Amino acid sequence: MVHRPGRVSLWWLLAGIGAVVVAGVAGLALGPVRLPPLGVAAETLNQLPWVELDSGLSPRQAAIVSQIRLPRVVLGLLVGAVLALAGGVYQGAFRNPLAEPYLLGVAAGAGLGVTVTVALRGGTGLADLPLTVPLAAFTGAIGAVVLTYLLGATGGRDRSPATLILAGVAVSAFLAALQTYLLQRHIEVIRDVYSWLLGRLGGATWHDVRLLLPYAVVVTVVVLLLRRELDVLSVGDDEAASLGLHPQRSRFLLLAAASLGTAAAVSVSGLIGFVGIIVPHLIRLLVGTSYRAILPLAALFGGAFLAAADLAARTVDAPREVPIGVVTALLGAPFFVLVLRTSRRVTV
Amino acid sequence: MTAVEVAGLRVALDKVPILHGVDLRVAAGEWVTVIGPNGAGKSTLLRAVGGLLPVTGTVRLFGTDLARLPRRQRAKLVATVAQDPVVPPGMTVFDYVLLGRTPYLPPLGRESAADLAVAGRVLARLGLSGFADRHLATLSGGERQRVFLARALAQEAPLLLLDEPTTALDIGHQQEVLELVDELRRSHGLTVLASMHDLSVAGEYADRLLLLARGKVAAEGTPARVLTEELLATHYGARVRVIPGDQGPLVVPVRADDKVRPSDGP
Repeated sequence: MVHRPGRVSLWWLLAGIGAVVVAGVAGLALGPVRLPPLGVAAETLNQLPWVELDSGLSPRQAAIVSQIRLPRVVLGLLVGAVLALAGGVYQGAFRNPLAEPYLLGVAAGAGLGVTVTVALRGGTGLADLPLTVPLAAFTGAIGAVVLTYLLGATGGRDRSPATLILAGVAVSAFLAALQTYLLQRHIEVIRDVYSWLLGRLGGATWHDVRLLLPYAVVVTVVVLLLRRELDVLSVGDDEAASLGLHPQRSRFLLLAAASLGTAAAVSVSGLIGFVGIIVPHLIRLLVGTSYRAILPLAALFGGAFLAAADLAARTVDAPREVPIGVVTALLGAPFFVLVLRTSRRVTV
Repeated sequence: MTAVEVAGLRVALDKVPILHGVDLRVAAGEWVTVIGPNGAGKSTLLRAVGGLLPVTGTVRLFGTDLARLPRRQRAKLVATVAQDPVVPPGMTVFDYVLLGRTPYLPPLGRESAADLAVAGRVLARLGLSGFADRHLATLSGGERQRVFLARALAQEAPLLLLDEPTTALDIGHQQEVLELVDELRRSHGLTVLASMHDLSVAGEYADRLLLLARGKVAAEGTPARVLTEELLATHYGARVRVIPGDQGPLVVPVRADDKVRPSDGP
């Protein structure tokens, strides 16, 4: 029998890498300012150590490539990859196709963190707080997930998936109420807070990339190493335990990693929706139900999808930008329906 | 050799005591079936023996204290088929059975050719080869039960715990699955500890029965000793007639005379 479950087929892997390359190149080459494609390629390669090519770009053009477009494309790839990976992990760990990376309170926690910071500063604007806002979002997100987890543990010995989801709903509602109250008291910061909540990659800098990169790497490694355990968890906790797993511990590690990654992504990009729930589903429809195949591909296609969505966000209505959350939903939903209709196996 | 040795087993679920000091011995190669009314603690006993619950008292599997067995070692000794296993949507039969090899995989490794061969053999043995690429969710109840059994067998554990393996099946499929388990027990030298509701069927396939009532052992022994009209009346509150059969006593429920009104008759 030549059947090997969980093996990522080489073609899908190549397709994923291809999608990342295409989205990356397009993101670098296209934009409000027209640049010669070859020059952009040369300038991009110049970012690598020991590469000194003559790109033929003016210093201003070179700066657009290296300081504006490149960090933005890289950040889009990273955020998309982390969100899609985290969504896949949440769906597996909760055995629930509707689970998404914000389920345990990441969104509400980050939102409250940002609101508190901006409100207490008295509306000086997000741009004045380049460091504090990501830190506040990150702290709020992690705090919310920890709270959800502690609350879920009081429901019983098992920390069953259902208890955790309910705890996440309760924590999210509680934090959202606090946030609403704060916003109502500090009505002048609503615009700033909402522009952050809608998610954006505009103004991304290498600083954002450096903030996210270590988390993205650690989380990706942890999740990819543990991805077989998600397959075992899919048969039920008792069965997983009788197969030699510690289901609660596996779930905790996977959720902790996914939540950490999501918190880091949210802290630099705001609340970008849709990627974490739709990308893993698309991959599942295309390659089957084994998380060993789904997760690596979700990371690749999630990154490519978000980079492409960001390209659309800054070009369709240039020089204005469409909020990226709007683009991910407008692009993603019809595409998902298309795949759902043409796919042989509907597994949701 | 004793496969299962349970002494003074107490289990509480959410602080509600379920088992109050259960003793049980199952010899290697033996088939013991636990019977008892709803809520007697049959599933709890099986889960405790499988190491899935925190317990007080001792459970020893093949001479080793269960509490001291590392999880993966335990999974190589005892395989469980739960009462109503989760059917993962979209998973193929082959992938599902292959999960039985989990305890043999190195921590970060993948299935070896030997693991794939085991899964293939088990499928062939249970007549499931033609189903390998089917989705588990599309199978009938009888076929699914065989797949659950196949996953447990792929674990290659000498002790098989079957929690009501036939409840969801019609009579024909009940017999098919139980005959299969009995054949496998003989050919592979497996020990079987099961729980069942149908008393006649339980008596026909088990070497010994354990009657559990309110978390305690009410009776234990050969089917002929346990399946008596008095014991079943006491512990099930049931009116039954026990008729000697070829493979063990046959238990037939009968209706009390004083409850049959004339209008119920033909």
